Amino acid sequence: MKIIVCVKQVPGTSNVEVDPVTGVLKRDGLCAKLNPYDLFALETGFRLKEKSGGEITTISMGPPQAKESLLETVYMGADNGVLLSDRAFAGADVQATSYALKTGVEKIGKYDLIICGKQTTDGDTAQVGPELAEQLGIEHAANVISVDEIDGEYITVTVNLDSVYQTQKMKLPCLITIEKDACTPRLPSFKRKFATSPDAVVVYTAKDLDNLDAERCGLKGSPTQVERIFPPEAGGDRVIFNSGDELSDKLFDILSEKKFL
Amino acid sequence: MGLIIHKEKINEETAGKLIDICPFSAIGYKDGELSIGQSCKMCKLCVKKGPEGAITFEEEEKPVCDKSLWQGVAVFAEQRGGKIHPVSLELVGKARELAKVTGHPVLVVLIGYKLETAAKELLEYGVDKVYVYDDEAFSDFVISPYANAFTDFIEKIKPSSILVGATSLGRSIAPKVAARVHAGLTADCTMLEMKKNTDLVQIRPAFGGNIMAQIITPNTRPQFCTVRYKIFSAPKKSEATGEIIDMPVDENMIKGYTTVLKTVNKPEEIDISDAEIIVAVGRGIRTKDDLALAEQLADTLHAQLACTRPLVENGWFDAKRQIGLSGRTVKPKLIITLGISGSVQFAAGMRNSDLIIAVNKDRKAPIFEFANYGFVGDLYEIVPALLKKVEELYNV
Repeated sequence: MKIIVCVKQVPGTSNVEVDPVTGVLKRDGLCAKLNPYDLFALETGFRLKEKSGGEITTISMGPPQAKESLLETVYMGADNGVLLSDRAFAGADVQATSYALKTGVEKIGKYDLIICGKQTTDGDTAQVGPELAEQLGIEHAANVISVDEIDGEYITVTVNLDSVYQTQKMKLPCLITIEKDACTPRLPSFKRKFATSPDAVVVYTAKDLDNLDAERCGLKGSPTQVERIFPPEAGGDRVIFNSGDELSDKLFDILSEKKFL
Repeated sequence: MGLIIHKEKINEETAGKLIDICPFSAIGYKDGELSIGQSCKMCKLCVKKGPEGAITFEEEEKPVCDKSLWQGVAVFAEQRGGKIHPVSLELVGKARELAKVTGHPVLVVLIGYKLETAAKELLEYGVDKVYVYDDEAFSDFVISPYANAFTDFIEKIKPSSILVGATSLGRSIAPKVAARVHAGLTADCTMLEMKKNTDLVQIRPAFGGNIMAQIITPNTRPQFCTVRYKIFSAPKKSEATGEIIDMPVDENMIKGYTTVLKTVNKPEEIDISDAEIIVAVGRGIRTKDDLALAEQLADTLHAQLACTRPLVENGWFDAKRQIGLSGRTVKPKLIITLGISGSVQFAAGMRNSDLIIAVNKDRKAPIFEFANYGFVGDLYEIVPALLKKVEELYNV
């Protein structure tokens, strides 16, 4: 069984704030980490490999330093990693990102299953997985809470559909995105870390990817465009009501106005 | 196309400024050469706020599709067992507002089995046309048949904008279909506006939530977005004037490689992380019996009850209900804190809530530094008085 797990390196902190005076973004720390949601996708992959054997390749699109995150996946249990890194991928929206990943997956070759995290902590869209599946022409299941069965031809998964859990049998190859807390992720192994060569992760630039259409990558390949960014309004207003008889009335008014009552 | 670095303006000083401005550490400077790396998110702050002329943005003339061929603001109506998900009705309300700007009709695509009642109900919310794909194959949500029907609707009807609820189902089908028709897709919009030229202005929290990004799809149609439940309001029902159109379902449409084995209703479970409204209590509550007061308020607001760490330690609450660094992180639409001073540890678990209302006796409590509305007073007076007022007015 050949499994591909998609991962992303995300900022270590989500505290990016806009300075209300200058309108400039304030950065809080430069550390980066593996997207926490991806840990559940990785763990699901590792367990399938332990049960059915096979090989796990992790893939990511990102800046050169994202190689660190891919190496971390190898320390945890992946066999190797692939990083797609090229200036041509910058400014990619969901569609351009999933297109680049598609060409990367095709470069890896034959696979049985692709596993993604539910979403990332920086983009939060939860959309790259399903878009990637469509680009590859395979079916997908989002929000998978458990993989119940797998053989060479089919996989049975249970998905979270908000009000119900649905168990479904899907034909391989397909793509699944794993719900948070679906399993307990393992930590990177020191033993593996010492045994891993940096060559376990290969870096492909746009040139290395066969049949890559540059027009569909990065900013060029993104139908959506960011027109502007601005600080949220809600953070600004702070009102203090001091003691007085009408405190409950004021609270009532606020709750009514905001439609909570 | 993209960002152009003007070498003649780059020196140690301007490079330093640019590096400082970039929130994504995408700009590097080495051996007198400035570079922009792949972590660039095209926020263009370096263009707007950087040393003038150092980096400019060059627009490339992209072919623009004929937008007049795409008419209508469409909503994907999610249903289960013929019951419309309330988020779809909220989106119908928003679609009506958006459609007014351009004079477009409000359309709904409804996919499922035995949908007659649901389709009629949608008309009562002011939909002009409901396109119905009704077939037994759609009784459970299976991605391929649903996506095929959705795509069929887009290809035949050519709606300009498509709004989808950001439910589990919506977040699965919207990207699938958007990828298939090569449409731009923006997730979890919190505000939507319409331009006269039919461009949908999509606003969403970005990069972790402390920044809003305004996103458009200027060159292609359709334009797709998803919106979470309870962001917009459902319109009031009125007399139906629109029409229901039955769309043909063929063999190819319902073909798929996934079979549903079973569905199980989800048990109700406590997870304050997902709660939209929270009433949180702290040490200002004097006895365990007094928790009834907070419970009553929580019931009134359909809120989940949560607490600070000391209340877990003294055994009043299960650890699942604790907010903070050592507990859960929550981001509800509303959190009311009662008798909570607001330690850094507690704040870390709830600071990103949309609306924070704090009730505390001590004016100097740190919670008042970040609460949107602070009530300096006794919770034992304020809460009962509030509950009484609600009871009188709503008779609950």
